[in-house]
Amino acid sequence: MTDHTAKAFDADLQDLGRMVAEMGGLAERQICDSIDALAKRDVTLAQRTVAQDSQIDALQREIEERAILTIARRQPMAVDLREIVASLRIANDLERIGDLAKNIGKRVVALDAEFQSQKLIRGLEHMADLVLNQIKDVLDSYARRDANKALEVWRGDEEIDAVNNSLFRELLTYMLEDPRNITVCIHLLFCAKNIERMGDHATNIAETVHYMVEGRVLADERPKGDTTSYAVAAHN
Amino acid sequence: MSIAQATPQVAAPTVVNAAVDRSKLTEKISIRNLDFYYGDAKALKGITLPLYGGLVTAFIGPSGCGKSTLLRILNRMYDLYPNQRAEGEVLFDGENLLSPKQDLNHLRARVGMVFQKPTPFPMTIFENIAFGIRLYERLSKSEINDRVESALRRAALWDEVKDKLMANGLSLSGGQQQRLCIARTVAVRPEVILFDEPCSALDPISTAKIEELIDELKEDYTIAIVTHNMQQAARVSDYTAFMYLGELVEFDPTSKIFTTPNDPRTQDYITGRFG
Repeated sequence: MTDHTAKAFDADLQDLGRMVAEMGGLAERQICDSIDALAKRDVTLAQRTVAQDSQIDALQREIEERAILTIARRQPMAVDLREIVASLRIANDLERIGDLAKNIGKRVVALDAEFQSQKLIRGLEHMADLVLNQIKDVLDSYARRDANKALEVWRGDEEIDAVNNSLFRELLTYMLEDPRNITVCIHLLFCAKNIERMGDHATNIAETVHYMVEGRVLADERPKGDTTSYAVAAHN
Repeated sequence: MSIAQATPQVAAPTVVNAAVDRSKLTEKISIRNLDFYYGDAKALKGITLPLYGGLVTAFIGPSGCGKSTLLRILNRMYDLYPNQRAEGEVLFDGENLLSPKQDLNHLRARVGMVFQKPTPFPMTIFENIAFGIRLYERLSKSEINDRVESALRRAALWDEVKDKLMANGLSLSGGQQQRLCIARTVAVRPEVILFDEPCSALDPISTAKIEELIDELKEDYTIAIVTHNMQQAARVSDYTAFMYLGELVEFDPTSKIFTTPNDPRTQDYITGRFG
């Protein structure tokens, strides 16, 4: 796209884009660390993850201030306006993703039970990998202003939901088997839910990127696979 | 400049974020295939667009794009100058106002105009308004008084001048002078009001008052406004026409033009990327 006649406006927009990308990088690292801490029961790493969330929060505030200042100073129109609104919305989603990672970190600290299931942990890791890919792709689509790639991310959330559903069933089974598993399983259930929510934020970002580039809101109903809201435990 | 080469796309404007349902709108003025010449120079090229009744249409575009020229055609102002001519059709309630048979005095009573610089006559505030009324209508003194008062009220100026109606119009501030000119325009009860950059010489408070006024006036009049202030166009208008090099590039609901314009040239212009 052609540069603005006022070069400083371009610099403002570039700065916003750079800050969002930086925030995305931090969020990705937080997810990795929290899942690592969970898999290895590494309390130190978990505590560090909890502490580092403040960096993401600070960056979000910075983006917000910068965006408001740019709106006040430049009165942006059309694509510029959409770009600034997008930076605000994406920063919000990334901040939430950071919070969810932080919450996993907190749960690792709380998990001191004997119960360990490699299968469950692998399932959570797999889900986290899928989410990380989604987030990486959607941040990529943001950086490249690529609405089609954003659309792929938007449609790609179903697999995460499927893994979440199977983890949910599995955890339910462990809890039914032995009530002493309940505490751990509830924590892991929340971890799974947190990861699933991160995926939802990735699709939010995808919608925002699509709007930013195309100027249209994605109107269709997104394919959804999360059926845990309807699950019932069968008592035999 | 690369943007100049893009193909124009005007024919079928689409309504996406339209605040108004276009099927319910009436075309107060229909400009059809309008060309305009200053001597040999073609200043407008095949302009086709409607001015909807009861709505505000803003004309934006860089200097020299033809937006003021277009406005000056709507009340045949160009007739005052030699060597200027318009071709095509401008239907005003179905009648072609470009026709040589058009009664210009009558037309200019129906289509009022407010200019960039306030242009009060060097006479009293009262006379500034009464003068125009007397040109068109034979009214009793008390009727004239009533009309002057209602015009000044309509222009949100009454409270500020009611105690000094016999003061010279030129003694008012710039913003007040501009509202006096609007009162003068409104006094002869036109159907259409043309504003040619009405706020470019005014401070922000006077500008806000004029914009508020335009908002109120559109209930009773069809309004066209030329402005260089993009935010003003976004604030006051229902439809916006972007013109460039004598052509109409894009015409759409204002809500669409300023958020998701169709043409890259419109986008470049409103976002400050032009040239």
